[in-house]
Amino acid sequence: MALPIDPIIFDILTWLFILPGAVLLIIGGIGMITMPDVFARMHPAGVIDTLGCELILVGLMFQAGLTIVTVKLALILAFIFFTSPTATHALARACLNAGVTPRVDEEKSAALSRGGRP
Amino acid sequence: MSFAAAALAVLVTMVLVLVRALKGPTVFDRILAVNAFGTLTVLLISVVGFLQGRPEFLDLALVYALINFIGTIAVTKFIKFRDMGHGEQAAGPDAGDI
Amino acid sequence: MLHAISLSIGLAALWWLLSGYTIPLILAFGAASVALVVFIAHRMDVVDHEGHPIQVTWRWLTYLPWLGKEIVMANIDVVKAVLSPKGRVHTSVLRTKATQKTELGHVIYANSITLTPGTVTLAVEDGVMIVHALTRGAADGLKSGEMDRRCTAVEGAPGEDR
Repeated sequence: MALPIDPIIFDILTWLFILPGAVLLIIGGIGMITMPDVFARMHPAGVIDTLGCELILVGLMFQAGLTIVTVKLALILAFIFFTSPTATHALARACLNAGVTPRVDEEKSAALSRGGRP
Repeated sequence: MSFAAAALAVLVTMVLVLVRALKGPTVFDRILAVNAFGTLTVLLISVVGFLQGRPEFLDLALVYALINFIGTIAVTKFIKFRDMGHGEQAAGPDAGDI
Repeated sequence: MLHAISLSIGLAALWWLLSGYTIPLILAFGAASVALVVFIAHRMDVVDHEGHPIQVTWRWLTYLPWLGKEIVMANIDVVKAVLSPKGRVHTSVLRTKATQKTELGHVIYANSITLTPGTVTLAVEDGVMIVHALTRGAADGLKSGEMDRRCTAVEGAPGEDR
């Protein structure tokens, strides 16, 4: 806890992590609105879930120091890291099962019609 | 100060994501938006905990992260089978694999 | 048995980190709840090499830094696509081969694909992943097959599965 380092360094580190994280969150939010269809919107949602979230939580870790709070933040981070792809994948499967097909810009990618679910 | 900036960014993103949840157009857009909203709520709880000097809020954030994941899986499963319990009979052998 | 022990250690560490108690009575309650959870997991038959994959731990830890780097690059790519969609957003659905032998390897590969923004795994069938890509760069990055190779390396040789 009482490291022989000037606490201002940790403040600067916190800023260095939280500011890009905040920007990424807002860009992810904008992407959720501007992207054309539900499959394309999963990618900005991924930005929010992965890097945006992680940067802010790591920034908070620098303020907490070597305490139990940091461990809890790491647990939250690990949990979101492991569950967000699973949730996205479940949603994508549910979309395909319901007959929502992705809008593709490229005709030759007939990947879904061949072996995928109708 | 940095916490306030983070909280502000999270709130702005929440509004943007909520716009998507209200606009739809399909139910899957809404699920995606609500899932992202849940992640943002976890962040907001953590940041507000630091803002008020009460890191005990992190326990709530942890539980909310768990509920958010299970909720998303449950809703996708419900949308798929229109049923929470008897997916196996309703949809054949493919049921468990959402 | 090894998996049951590692699951118990993991659960006990989690319980203690979240509670922080040192009173013997409360610790006994914690031990009892850990035992109950391990018993239920054993009854559900999920305490095995697949539900609790300790055999890949070290290789997985060496894979993480590379995955983190990929996630950062992919995030920058998607941020560019969001800020200037003209000409950058080029959605496509592609099939990519997954060379992993076990289901665990497939899970690691599919989750890695989904974790990097710009690509989302839609389905897995017979060693082929169907992937939705947002940009050309994301699709090309996947086609190069480096992530597939690294995931196969994480999975290890099929013989040492148990």
